[in-house]
Amino acid sequence: MPFIPHTSGDLSAMLKRIGAETLDDLFDEIPANLTMQAIPGAPEGMSESEISSLMHERAGTDGRPVCFMGAGAYDHFVPAAVWQLTTRGEFYSAYTPYQAEASQGTLQVIYEYQTMMASLTGLDISNASLYDGATAFAEACLMAVRANRKSTSRKILVPRTVHPYYREVAFNIIRGQNIELVDLPMLDGVTDVAALAEHAGQDFAAVVIQQPNFFGSLEQVDALTNWAHAEAALVIAVANPLALSVLEPPGEWGEAGADVACGEGQPLGVPMSSGGPFYGYMVCRKDIVRQMPGRIVGRTVDVDGKPGFTLTLQAREQHIRRSRATSNICTNQGLMVTASTIYMALLGNEGLRRVALASHENTRQLIEGLCAIHGITRAFTSPVFHEAVLLLDRPVAPVLDALAATGILGGVDLTEFYPELGNALLVCATENRTPKHIEQYVAAMTAVFTTEEVRQHG
Amino acid sequence: MVEPLIFEYHASGGRSFTVKAPEASDLPKQFLRKSKPALPAVSELQVVRHYTRLSQLNFSIDTHFYPLGSCTMKYNPKACNSLAMLPELLGRHPLAPDQFSQGTLECLYELQEMLQQATGMSGVSLTPMAGAQGELAGVAMIQAYHKTRNDHERNEIIVPDAAHGTNPATATMCGCKVVEIPTRADGDLDIDALKAAVGPKTAGIMLTNPSTLGVFERQIEEIASIVHAAGGLLYYDGANLNAILGRTSPGAMGFDVVHLNLHKTFSTPHGGGGPGSGAVGVGERLRPYLPIPLVIKTASGYSWAAEKDCPDSIGRLSAFMGNVGVLLRAYIYMRMLGGEGMRRVSEYAVLNANYIMVCLREAGFTIAFSERRASHEFIISVKKITRETGISAMDFAKALLDYGIHAPTTYFPLLVPECLLIEPTETESIQELDGFIEAMIAIRDKAYSDPEALKAAPLTMPVRRLDDVRAAKHPNLVWQPPDEQAI
Amino acid sequence: MSEIPEDLKYTEDHEWLRVEEDGLITVGITDHAQGALGELVFVELPEEGQVFNKGDACAVVESVKAASDVYCPLGGLITDVNSNLADEPELVNTNPHEGGWLFRIAPESEDVLETLMDTIAYEEYLSGLED
Repeated sequence: MPFIPHTSGDLSAMLKRIGAETLDDLFDEIPANLTMQAIPGAPEGMSESEISSLMHERAGTDGRPVCFMGAGAYDHFVPAAVWQLTTRGEFYSAYTPYQAEASQGTLQVIYEYQTMMASLTGLDISNASLYDGATAFAEACLMAVRANRKSTSRKILVPRTVHPYYREVAFNIIRGQNIELVDLPMLDGVTDVAALAEHAGQDFAAVVIQQPNFFGSLEQVDALTNWAHAEAALVIAVANPLALSVLEPPGEWGEAGADVACGEGQPLGVPMSSGGPFYGYMVCRKDIVRQMPGRIVGRTVDVDGKPGFTLTLQAREQHIRRSRATSNICTNQGLMVTASTIYMALLGNEGLRRVALASHENTRQLIEGLCAIHGITRAFTSPVFHEAVLLLDRPVAPVLDALAATGILGGVDLTEFYPELGNALLVCATENRTPKHIEQYVAAMTAVFTTEEVRQHG
Repeated sequence: MVEPLIFEYHASGGRSFTVKAPEASDLPKQFLRKSKPALPAVSELQVVRHYTRLSQLNFSIDTHFYPLGSCTMKYNPKACNSLAMLPELLGRHPLAPDQFSQGTLECLYELQEMLQQATGMSGVSLTPMAGAQGELAGVAMIQAYHKTRNDHERNEIIVPDAAHGTNPATATMCGCKVVEIPTRADGDLDIDALKAAVGPKTAGIMLTNPSTLGVFERQIEEIASIVHAAGGLLYYDGANLNAILGRTSPGAMGFDVVHLNLHKTFSTPHGGGGPGSGAVGVGERLRPYLPIPLVIKTASGYSWAAEKDCPDSIGRLSAFMGNVGVLLRAYIYMRMLGGEGMRRVSEYAVLNANYIMVCLREAGFTIAFSERRASHEFIISVKKITRETGISAMDFAKALLDYGIHAPTTYFPLLVPECLLIEPTETESIQELDGFIEAMIAIRDKAYSDPEALKAAPLTMPVRRLDDVRAAKHPNLVWQPPDEQAI
Repeated sequence: MSEIPEDLKYTEDHEWLRVEEDGLITVGITDHAQGALGELVFVELPEEGQVFNKGDACAVVESVKAASDVYCPLGGLITDVNSNLADEPELVNTNPHEGGWLFRIAPESEDVLETLMDTIAYEEYLSGLED
């Protein structure tokens, strides 16, 4: 029996002890008319070698195209040590560290993680992580409404340059609580600072700034932060943590810094894995920590005065406050945080900086190569980190299909997200793309743009 | 602390960088950071040793027995991990076109089907990223259903007083009012209180069955008809599905919506606190509202169904497609077990729980619902021992650690004083179970002979009992370099 | 046995009230309540100038294992809060009726006071809870 250790002798001895004749007797409190003899339609079991062949075959079907897609999931290189350590059974199969004495490994990893994230973002306090970047953003919106005591508003200003799926997820999660997300328009691929004027004096709980934004463009974070604070709104930063190894950290934006920062932790050592599991990070100023959702680890001492770690500030959480908790969340993405902590420890500042700058440089070269093709131009003039929007002189979808036929994922088609941009394509080249990959892409794109067929097809 | 912090390691020259630094960058200065983050600068060997040593400070299923009620800490088969981490699966971009996704999509499609069959539902969405998010999706679907019917007054969610804390927290998060109803002394729901609570404002009821009290709710059909007759819907919290897998199903019991904890019943890893995965299943009337994306099968292969195909959906709950890596592990587990293996899961989980319950009862422990059959878990109360010796459920929990056994869930459910909620799961052998029973008896005996020794437990862990009050009163949540450290 | 001073009024939510000479009302939690919560690690207080209705949640007292809302026992304007509790939340444990007070309120009306329990009634109420 797979994974069940009982012998037939064990079974009969145990039943006897219980005073039951058969296993069926143990289910005698379930009304008979509700029971079933088998799960209808369930397949037969497979041996490990059979499932192994099946999974290799399925994986082979997916293949390994060369990836120039980003939009919130990035193809960075992950050193071998990261996941070999992370999948050690002692991390992989451990429970949530509620029994602190038996969980010092997990707790110390999280404490180190919290320290790294606080430092990377320039803010005071990090939690132990949330589900993913989009849900962390939703939670940050809820937190800001709770934390802003100067405002009675339940409105949050959200630029159109924030990831469309993040905006959608936030809307879906917070709509039950009567919070309104107000669109802020964009200009040249960044938030239109001039458009803020018409919102002056309207009382917002918070203003959101994504850096780099969905288009890869760099926002005027200082001006936006100062405006928000002058309006007594909190600032929610949504930032790519890898980019923060080179970009100004949210804690240093403007005069006073952002109040809450959140985002997707995936670029720090987590594989793309079809979009999850990833993890959402969240950090904040010290004085609003009690409004922060999710688990937090603190350092304390044991009865002998020896330093140790434990989950703390738990009275915010659902298992204690029930219907008045800061969130219904229980999970932190413990395993992903373990991977990220190890990734950051391995690379250090210099390693992260190199990955960030190499990704920036590869994207620059890619854009240069592609924009040399007649019919392709940059959509915006604003500086970018490692993603950029290109405008094509023809519909994007058939172009991407043609590239895919050569094994290249050419980017993300923005036509449906931002119809106002026209034939817009979001491209990304991480440090994992070699000069040869970039040449390949430019050559394939050149071929597409010189083939009459595709133009007609479009 | 037996292992220094990674920040306290001496800086090393032997660093491993994944790429060369480019010579120049054209990023404008105004966007650049002026301060350096305080990340470690250590060698690969230092990193490997440090995190290997940290891992060794943990209990885990691979090393210890976890009779942790309501958490279903079963063995996580190694094949599930290694096969879900094949390079093509890890390297798949979430927005990759269908032609580079057929393998992953086929697995997810079949997983939807298998979960649908196991729960007796007519549609499944895999996107929720944890049980609590599955709950959020479930309540949001219930709200959407009422709203579509112009039934705008229904904003009350009924929960039994024994419910998991996430149930009321979720209802509040969705903007609903929580109505708590009591449990009877025999562990079943107070039907009269339910009848009094339902009405034109009832959106639905959230139930776990078997309940958090470790017993099967025998009146479930009556409950379903009362709630349905009042116009409300039934929500099944799948935390305890391990107890009934293949024996009965939420669909058969009359539930309209269910969330599953794949990290419980379907053996995906707990990972020291996540990731989880909280797939939701629904009956016919809630199908249009399932969160997106879903995987569908068409003549040309598998593909995603999202906004366009599901206009009434409650929408996306994650940036992409939930925790696909976790879903693949559950898929592999279910394929290895097959229908028969899944049914065996509940049989042996329930066998193990009843065995421990009977043995502890014979040894003189107080079982909370002694007249009842245990489900896959049961509760003991040590209140009498506490009164006579001062040794509490917490002391039992800490003392068990010294026996190499993870503590059961303590002080939950809140209804039973000084309680331990015990769930052995099907993957533990009789030898492990007997070891636990012996440890419990030894601790109980020691409570009467040498209570002070138990209050000092644990003694064999990397640290002894920690000062929680200090942790909460003077939060030290990030490391500061020595000159900046306050204490 | 918890201490129940005779110069105070009590609510069923285990708050005490003292009518001060200037007509303001000081509010805290009772000895029984602090004992049930355990050592407090944090107290969240209202802000001076805030106005509450009777029954509004206006403060939170938090121990390691529990967090409880404090409900405003009568409607009015917050005139003063006990800022010492920010650094020494344990004052609520060590001295619940004096140094551990939570806030002062200028009541809209004093009618509510008539409905509150005195020492004897609260003592009976507590012994009723123990059964």
